[in-house]
Amino acid sequence: MTSVARTNIDAASRTTVDTVEDAATTPETQQPWAELGLKAEEYQRIRQILGRRPTIAELAMYSVMWSEHCSYKSSKVHLAQFSENTTEQMNEKLLVGIGENAGVVDIGDGWAVTFKVESHNHPSYVEPYQGAATGVGGIVRDIMSMGARPIAVMDSLRFGAVDHPDTLRVLPGIVAGVGGYGNCLGLPNIGGEVVFDSCYQGNPLVNALSVGKMRIQDIHLAKASGVGNQVVLFGAKTGGDGIGGVSVLASETFDADGPAKRPAVQVGDPFAEKVLIECCLDLYAAHVVDGIQDLGGAGLSCATSELASNGDGGMRVWLDRVPLRDASLRVEEILMSESQERMMAVVEPAQLEEFMAITRRWDVEATVVGEVTDGKKLEVFWGDQLIIDVPPRSVAHDGPIYDRPMQRPAYLDALQASVPDHLARPGDGEGLRAALLALVASPNLCDKSWITGQYDRYVMGNTALAMPDDSGVVRVDEQTGRGVAISTDCNSRYAKLDPFAGAQLALAEAYRNVVTAGAVPLAVSDCLNFGSPEDPGVMWQFAEATRGISQGCKALGIPVTGGNVSLYNQTADVAIHPTPLVAVLGVMDDVARRTSSGWRTPGDVIYLLGTTAEEFGGSAWTQVAHDHLGGLPPRVDLDCERRLGEILVDASRQGLLAAAHDLSEGGLAVALAEACLRDGAGARIWLDEVCGRDGVDAFTVLFSESAGRAVVAVPGSDQLRFTDLCTSRGFAHVCIGVVEDEAGALDVEGQFTVPLDELRAAHTATLPAIFAAQ
Amino acid sequence: MRIGVVTFPGSLDDHDACRAVRAAGAAPVRLWHGDDSLSDVDAVVLPGGFSYGDYLRAGAIARFAPVMSALIPAARGGLPVLGICNGFQILCESHLLPGAMIQNDHRTFICRDQRLRVENAATAWTSDFEQDDQITIVLKNQDGQYVADKRTLDELEAQGRVAFRYVVDGPAAPAPRRYDRFASRNPNGSYRDIAGVTNARGNVVGLMPHPEHAVEQGYGPSLDGLKFFTSVLKSVVNA
Repeated sequence: MTSVARTNIDAASRTTVDTVEDAATTPETQQPWAELGLKAEEYQRIRQILGRRPTIAELAMYSVMWSEHCSYKSSKVHLAQFSENTTEQMNEKLLVGIGENAGVVDIGDGWAVTFKVESHNHPSYVEPYQGAATGVGGIVRDIMSMGARPIAVMDSLRFGAVDHPDTLRVLPGIVAGVGGYGNCLGLPNIGGEVVFDSCYQGNPLVNALSVGKMRIQDIHLAKASGVGNQVVLFGAKTGGDGIGGVSVLASETFDADGPAKRPAVQVGDPFAEKVLIECCLDLYAAHVVDGIQDLGGAGLSCATSELASNGDGGMRVWLDRVPLRDASLRVEEILMSESQERMMAVVEPAQLEEFMAITRRWDVEATVVGEVTDGKKLEVFWGDQLIIDVPPRSVAHDGPIYDRPMQRPAYLDALQASVPDHLARPGDGEGLRAALLALVASPNLCDKSWITGQYDRYVMGNTALAMPDDSGVVRVDEQTGRGVAISTDCNSRYAKLDPFAGAQLALAEAYRNVVTAGAVPLAVSDCLNFGSPEDPGVMWQFAEATRGISQGCKALGIPVTGGNVSLYNQTADVAIHPTPLVAVLGVMDDVARRTSSGWRTPGDVIYLLGTTAEEFGGSAWTQVAHDHLGGLPPRVDLDCERRLGEILVDASRQGLLAAAHDLSEGGLAVALAEACLRDGAGARIWLDEVCGRDGVDAFTVLFSESAGRAVVAVPGSDQLRFTDLCTSRGFAHVCIGVVEDEAGALDVEGQFTVPLDELRAAHTATLPAIFAAQ
Repeated sequence: MRIGVVTFPGSLDDHDACRAVRAAGAAPVRLWHGDDSLSDVDAVVLPGGFSYGDYLRAGAIARFAPVMSALIPAARGGLPVLGICNGFQILCESHLLPGAMIQNDHRTFICRDQRLRVENAATAWTSDFEQDDQITIVLKNQDGQYVADKRTLDELEAQGRVAFRYVVDGPAAPAPRRYDRFASRNPNGSYRDIAGVTNARGNVVGLMPHPEHAVEQGYGPSLDGLKFFTSVLKSVVNA
């Protein structure tokens, strides 16, 4: 059967459309290329490619697809480093790499996992709830379009100062949006970050991650092949929301007086997406899908041109068949609309009837809007009028590429010279105690459960670990318990001081969080959030950070499988701190054996792994105690991180670890406090041995942020096996204490004691005091 | 033993409910909202989720699904039915259970490990518990505040039809080992701390928290949820 589509011609015939024929005969027509975000030379290039002026529909399509967000035109030259730094060995587990909707890795037993992190920054500032909600929806559709069932989401959120009035507007909306969409979609939210820094005041960051699972043979790709195959648009109707979202919102700097283009934010319907997920999975299971693409940024422009560009033929589309929510939409608006919850599939004619039957079962509207041709062109018709006639590659893949000027920012020398050595430090145990209480109550290190408690972490019944543990862990195979651990991290204060080291530290921390759970790291996705690429200083930061991640991944032997670049995160000429967010995914044979971060059993012996140096540049202590940012971030030693990982994974497999927690912001002191508060067991800690070994004082051991460290709790009976494991690998380890329950306190011998009730009160009061009162 | 689990568009915990049924030793049978047959199952679970997007009102559209036209008379005839979260809301909308759920009083979604007290251990779904047992299972909802008029509430109390209550610590209770935002108040503003109710016959039970998320070591706060499903096996055998 062929679906005879409802046609929108009636509504549109009232207005005239600009046809290819018109374009050829009226070369002098003035066109709004500048308003659509194109530069003069880009417009000229379009005319060159086509040999005539573009139609208004073609201009709309090029403008969204050549936007920074879709074309990666400023970042492409640097992103090439990811493939250049990937060895054959790193690609062993890689099934689908950079360039598809999301990367796919082989996690064993015939299972494949796909994951990706993506930004939805600008929309979330303009309209926090819908911006964040559709950010979740968009990344989940990317995962679906690989043929996978989405199994979890995470979100990394960055806001301006916690006490700024606008944060009160932005944060509750974003949190409610992430929860409102993800909860209704039935995907567990298993982790992420919440960071406050005034550098994000006008540019909050919403980086959403999703992970999905499938059998290896079920991987699907976004390509339109096979002459005569039908192109089916299914899901929600197309409306007037999110028109030009990528070009005007994501690719331009906000003016100092704020954004004015409000209608460009999309509106999400998680119920429609949930039904779409189940419908897609039934379609995959019935083997009636030849190629598939989600509709996200740039909507139909992106889906049609990418499918056609990736295929081996051309594509013909009848735009008037697209079901509309608003019949008054013009053709270029239909092409640019970013209405949510839509997918496009390529279906063999013989399978079309079964395809349609499955969509009907789920009450999902599906319409044949085009077909694959044997030509080389993407042709779009409005009725019988040809309105687009372009080489699809020129739209989707051969956009402009800029090697923009770069320059190390002039301020950096002074910033790095402003070392934290002169800052007043606590002089006695009381001072250390006060510093710890201030840190655990600070917005970045305080308890986040007021936020994470608004996300469903249990749905699907496979969650083995979630926030506030170091990584999120979910089961993939219910029979064997095989599953994955994921962590996302970035300390942008480090990246501001040194973007190369900062990016590597983000990678190292995410890696450390995954091995802490007991998983073997397998792959990386990243979300690179920066200011304007037109600023040479920002471009230099970007180049340094991508160099850092790509070389770091090579050192650790895990590939970057995909990700996202978000530029123009700045207001007027003030850019955010460079924020190269890194997500690391690891695999475990049985996630029921994962290591959690909390201490439980009195008598378990606490070890500190790794060595501590005096490294306070960019640290949480300098921020909280002195509002200071300067010097250099902690030294990166990726070989040390790799060896620490091997020990943690081996010890976990041998069942030697009762708990493990990585050291990062706030150093050992904060890690000890968190491990105590996680399950409510106290500890007695002694620092003399580690101070003597590393030649540092108690303050440095407690608050320095040297990388490559973790604390573990080992049952007394397993001590020898554990220390043998460390010794045989030549890895620094020292016993620093014991889990103790009776006193109900964290007792650092010779320095201070703090009751857990007092620690807990300080840790948990901060966010409710600001946000729950609303 | 065959226990049906209904899938509405927007059901989320249907797969989890099936897993719980299996864990208890019974066979789950998937029931589709559009079918008007119950496939001769021995009991039915209405799972959690956002059926029809919770549009209009949670459960308000689902109660008109074809499967409900078979379920409602069967439940009135004694078929054991458990409504979890959205399923509870559907049972209230169907008037199989009294009362209604409105938005949490703090107006945010809440996901947490929740302590409950079993107030009636004589229903089809609670017989494996002892009266006044305290259990910990998952609570997660946006519209979980149980409300009813005073007469209905008094009647429920008098007839022992409050099946579960949220455990709320008094001011003298020691601070919990883990931070608990809702230690000293119920988590959604429910009247009289009611978490779940039963019909007079004891075959239809609805509750907001999720027993199906507490049936497997390592994947939930406890194994307390299993007893809901083992209870119904016994009640069906004994029927």
